[in-house]
This record gives sequence, C-alpha cells and structure tokens, in this order.
Amino acid sequence: MPIITYRDALGAAIREEMQRDDRVFLMGEEVAAYQGAYKVSKGFLQEFGEMRVVDTPITELGFAGVGVGAAMVGLRPVIEFMTWNFALLALDQVVNAAAKMLYMSGGQFKVPIVFRGPNGAALQLSAQHSQAWESWLAHIPGLKVIAPGTPYDAKGLLKAAIRDDNPVCFLEGEMLYNTKGEVPDEEYVIPIGKADLKREGDHCSIITHGKMVLVAMQAADQLAKEGIRIDVVDLRTIRPMDVEAITTSVNKTNRAVVLEEGWEVCGVGAQVVDYIQRECFDNLDAPVVRVHQADTPMPYTKSLEKAAKPDLPKTIAAVRKVMYLD
Amino acid sequence: MATKVFMEALSPTMEEGKLVKWLKNEGDVVKSGEPIGEVETDKAIMELVARGDGVLRKRIINEGDAVPVGTLVGVIAAADENIDALLGGATKAADSPAVAAAPVSTTPAEPTAQAAAPESSTAPSGPTRSSPLARRLASEKGLDIGPLQGSGPNGRIIKRDVEGAATGGGAPSSKDAQQPSGPSSAASAQRAASGLSADFTDVPLTQIRKIIAKRLGESIGPIPTFYLTVELDLTRVMEMRAAMADMGAEYKVSVNDVLLKAIAVALSQHPEVNAHWNGDHIRYFNRVHLGMAVATDDGLIVPVIWDADKKRMSEISKEARELAKRARERKLKPEEFTGSTFSVSNLGMFGIDQFTAIINPPEAAIIAIGTGEEKLVVVNGAPVVRQRVRLTMSCDHRIIDGAVGAKFLQTLRRLVENPLMLAY
Repeated sequence: MPIITYRDALGAAIREEMQRDDRVFLMGEEVAAYQGAYKVSKGFLQEFGEMRVVDTPITELGFAGVGVGAAMVGLRPVIEFMTWNFALLALDQVVNAAAKMLYMSGGQFKVPIVFRGPNGAALQLSAQHSQAWESWLAHIPGLKVIAPGTPYDAKGLLKAAIRDDNPVCFLEGEMLYNTKGEVPDEEYVIPIGKADLKREGDHCSIITHGKMVLVAMQAADQLAKEGIRIDVVDLRTIRPMDVEAITTSVNKTNRAVVLEEGWEVCGVGAQVVDYIQRECFDNLDAPVVRVHQADTPMPYTKSLEKAAKPDLPKTIAAVRKVMYLD
Repeated sequence: MATKVFMEALSPTMEEGKLVKWLKNEGDVVKSGEPIGEVETDKAIMELVARGDGVLRKRIINEGDAVPVGTLVGVIAAADENIDALLGGATKAADSPAVAAAPVSTTPAEPTAQAAAPESSTAPSGPTRSSPLARRLASEKGLDIGPLQGSGPNGRIIKRDVEGAATGGGAPSSKDAQQPSGPSSAASAQRAASGLSADFTDVPLTQIRKIIAKRLGESIGPIPTFYLTVELDLTRVMEMRAAMADMGAEYKVSVNDVLLKAIAVALSQHPEVNAHWNGDHIRYFNRVHLGMAVATDDGLIVPVIWDADKKRMSEISKEARELAKRARERKLKPEEFTGSTFSVSNLGMFGIDQFTAIINPPEAAIIAIGTGEEKLVVVNGAPVVRQRVRLTMSCDHRIIDGAVGAKFLQTLRRLVENPLMLAY
C-alpha cells in the first residue's frame, strides 16, 4: 500500500471530491496562487481554475460567511483557515450561521460546508497561535467536529465531511502534515462518528484524538516493554462522539487515561470522563486520569512550552498512576 | 420502556432485604403498584410493588436471597423488548477477564511495594475504600469486602484484592469444590456441606437479629447507664381490677395495662424523662408515645402506643393486645414500631423478679417490669402479705440525673399505689 503524508492525504481527498462533484470548491487565504499556505492545495489552481480555487483577502469572517451563503444555495464549499487560531474571527459565521441555519429555517436550508485547517500547537508559535479549539466547537449543537491523527483517517474522513450535508469542522495539525502512513489508492470513505481501536490491550485504555494519537501509540509501545497492554481508542470524531467505543474499551480494561492537546477545564476529556462514569461506573477499578495542556496560555520559551504540553512522559506517568504502579 | 425493580428501603432502618417470595412468575403481566414479591425487612414482611407496567421479564434474585437496598432484583419491560443491556452487568461478570492485575506481578516488586508503604502508613481509619469494580465483583462472589486488605491508594480495595480473596482462603470457588481430594478432607467437606454436626447448629442471622445486635450494641457501648429500682405495692391495683372485673368480663384489665397507663401519665408530668438523645441536642417530647417490647419467635420488637397518656385504660389494654398479636405475626407496619418516646419491657410473665433492660436509643430511659407476686412485708410494724412488683428504670445519664429519675419514680409510685389518681 502506498505510504503518503498527511498533507497529501488531505489534498487527495479534496481533489477526488472536486473531481467527483463540481459543486465542491476550495476557498481561503493563499489556497490558489501560492498553492496553499501548507501546500495542501498544490496544483489545484492549475487543475480546477480560479472559479473553484478561490484566494481571499485576510477576512476570516467574510469568507466564512460567503461560504455559508454558497452552501445555502447548493454549493459545497471547503473553507480553509490558515489556522484555527485565525478562525476565531469567523466563529460568528460558524456558530451562529452555519450551525443553526437548518434548525432556524425549519429545515429549509442545509449548510453542507467544511471548515478546515491546522489546530493546536506547533513549535514556539506562542500563546495566540498554539491553541486547540475542539472543545469550543464540539460544544455547539449543529456542528460536527473531526480531528484525525493519521493520513488514512484524514483522507477518509475529509471525504466524508465534504459529502456530509451539515457543517463540519475539520481539525488538522501543522505537526501532522509531514507524518506518513499507508493510504490505499482505491477510494474509501470513513463514516463520521466512528472511533477506531488503534491498538488492542486489556490493562488500561488511552482515549484520545488528533495529534495525541501518535503520543498514545508511542506510550503503548513503551509500556508494552513492561508488560502493560494498552487499548488505544482514537475517537477520530469529537462530535458526534462514539460513546460505545469508549465504554467497550473501559469495560474491558477497567482503567482509563484520557489524553488531549487542549486545556483541562471543560475539555473534550471532561466529556469522555463523564461518559465513562455514567456508563462504566461498576467496572472502574481506579479513578480516570486526564492528560492535557497546562492551564496557562502557551509559553513561547522552549523549555516552558515543553513543560506546558501534554507529551509522552506525562502520558506514561498517567497510565502508571491509573495502574497504581507509582 | 423497561422498569428496573430494585430492593427498596421498606422500613426506616432497612439496609438489606431478603426476598421471601416472588408473587409473580417471569412472563406474568404486572401493573404499576401491583405487589410482585414479599420482602423480609429488619422488622416485618412487606410487599415489593411494581413501579411500572409491563411483563415481569426477569427475576434476578431467587427466593431466600438477601441483597442490599438498591440492588437490581428484576426487570419489568414490554414482552418483546430487548433487556440484555439491563442484565448485562448482572450476568456477564463471570467471564470478565481476570488479567488486569497481571502486570503488577510481572513488573519488579519494588514500585508496588513503594506504592503500598507510604499509602498504608497514612491510610485514614475511616470507612473502607473500594473501587466500584471491586464492590461489584465482591457482591457477585458473595464476599464481604470489609475484612479484605486493599492494595490500592489509601488502602483502596481493588479488583486484584477481591480476586485474591476469592481464589485464596476465602470463599471456595466451584472449581475447587469439584476437584478430587483425599478421603478425609472429602468426608469433612461432605459433612460441612450437608450441615451435619453433633456439637453445634449454625443458624444464619435473620434481619431482625442483625438489627438487634447493631442497635443494642450501640446502646450498651456509648450510653452511660445507671439503674433505679423500686418495689411498688399493688394492693390497690388488685382491688381496682377485681372491682372492675365484677362489673363484667369486658372491663377486665391486666396489671401490665395499669402500669402502662401509670407510666404514660407519669411521663406526661415529667417531660425531662420523656426525651431523646440526638447527639448534639436533647429533644423533650410533649406527647407520650409508649414503646412496649414484645417477644416474638424471631426476636424483640417494640410496637408503639401513640399518645398513651391521653388514652383510656381500656384503649391501652386493647391496643397493647392487638399490637402484641400482630408483632408475633410479623404484620406490623413501619409506623407502628417507630416513633416511641419512651419504652417499657415486661418479663413478669416469665417469673423474673426484676431485671435491667437495655435502653432503646435514642430514648432517655426504659422501665423493666418484673413479676407481680405476694410478699411478706412490714406495715406499721406488723408483717403482712402484700402483692408487690419490682420496676427497674435504666437511665441515660447524659439526659437524666439520678434525682430526676428518682422523682419520676416517686410520681409513678404515687399513681400505681393509688390508682384512683389515674382517673384524676
């Protein structure tokens, strides 16, 4: 099976969907002439022309709104935010227009739109450009929120997002774009709302999503050397969340660590823990432990940034804590 | 929509209930409010009623099983409804993998030991800590989690501790029982299994026996008790009874009825004795609800005569008789054996001269009535035979001082020795 980058998997997904359906178009800052800020849309302008690959001014609220209007009248826009940090400016369109239009129009207007771009911290981009937004977005009824951690999941889920008739927020990762993985040539679509058991084990569950899937897999590898077998549940979709996958895993292992890139308070992990306490109470042998970013704006200083981010040592420590090994 | 059937708290002090009898079979249609089973509580046999309409699809526990309040004991659902999910936790546990504890033993012993040492030294002496999973496994295996040693943080009992107890010296697993063994152990096992033993008989604790032990243990331990004994002359009581009986059989009252009435009236005049110890305060009652200890085949129970001071002797007599009868039949309702402000115990019918009764907490005192009998006493310097009875009052010194109790008994003596005062 071909091994490609996460970046190329995203490009392939959009290209295939644009070839398949001429209502699909890409719009955002630097997506056309510059070939994409992160080169996801490399070659798109040449292949599809400027009607379907549209460069915009630096106006997130404006082009997000154009996208919502286009979706309401039958097109299927893919809106690229250079980063979700910039998408803060567009949240009125995402939250108040896209997410609520179907409901407030009494079902008259579907909004089949994808908002996508890198989410979370890269390296030393400091406090304003290192934020993970999935808990904000997943809070909103009317939005679907996807955060794939591998090239295979990125492609299959982005295709599903473009085909979905509802607004979908698609959270990628700058640090993920160069990661590689197997992606088949033949077409496939991954259903939204289905988690993936990335690794099977019966001692402790790690429930995670997005970039942290890679950390969880490394932790599982390392703990396996000590004889500790980890079940790694990759949520892939944050909303709607695959509760059954979570409970199946925790009912098997009786112990869980919930790992995410964002902050602790009201984070995605808080919701996961709530499902666990509700559905798995009588199967828990230890309190669930969460791993997340420190409760502070992301520091610029390298050493402090490292201290603030969730990482491999913190994840392993959390598993050992849940296993009562420390 | 399925309705779970739980063991309900059918009396104020009930913590566990024994399902005596299912009144419905699996597959029977039941209506909300309809009795589906009989439950032996700590005091009585009560009905367990359906809380929803449908078909009793599953009876999870068997007749004779005792389970804690809140335990799922059955499921009511539509005839074709899938109830597997509701039953999943209850029935699947046996095949849950027993491997989660494995890595602990495969890793070096050092970190585990490190974990245990500081934790146990700081472990508080509070309630037993245990994980939900450990509690569920223990209850499924029929193990008491209390005596287990917890290996988790703060001494928390976790899955591996329960499994260790189950496979170790605790309850024998069915696997062990099936394994062939030497003739002597096989014989002893057989003897134990069949319950045959010349030297003793093992009888499991009934709910009522458990509650008696708990309640009276609470009493003799923390309550500083002292005892006051009086011997009362019953001459006039006997004369009064005889006079009343002469009026007709329906006017007969017992000595006990007269004493109950006299005690109730004395209490109404001495609220300082008609009181409860409530930990941070003493509650003095304006009404007199007299508890009367009744021996039943299963043990002691204390039905209550409400507002006994305001009732006529005939009412007290009738009520005491009925309550005692229904107590022996175990037909008392919870409100009939709760709420007493003061209690009385009488062992006179067994020929006991005098005795000390244990206070029924949180009450301030209890009066123990001995047997009424003829005695040679000295009256005005001459020996005469008189009908006498001995009463001993056990007093909680936290509420009642010696003189307070003595004054109450003075009043009681005046009433009993001059029973016409009861009509005053």
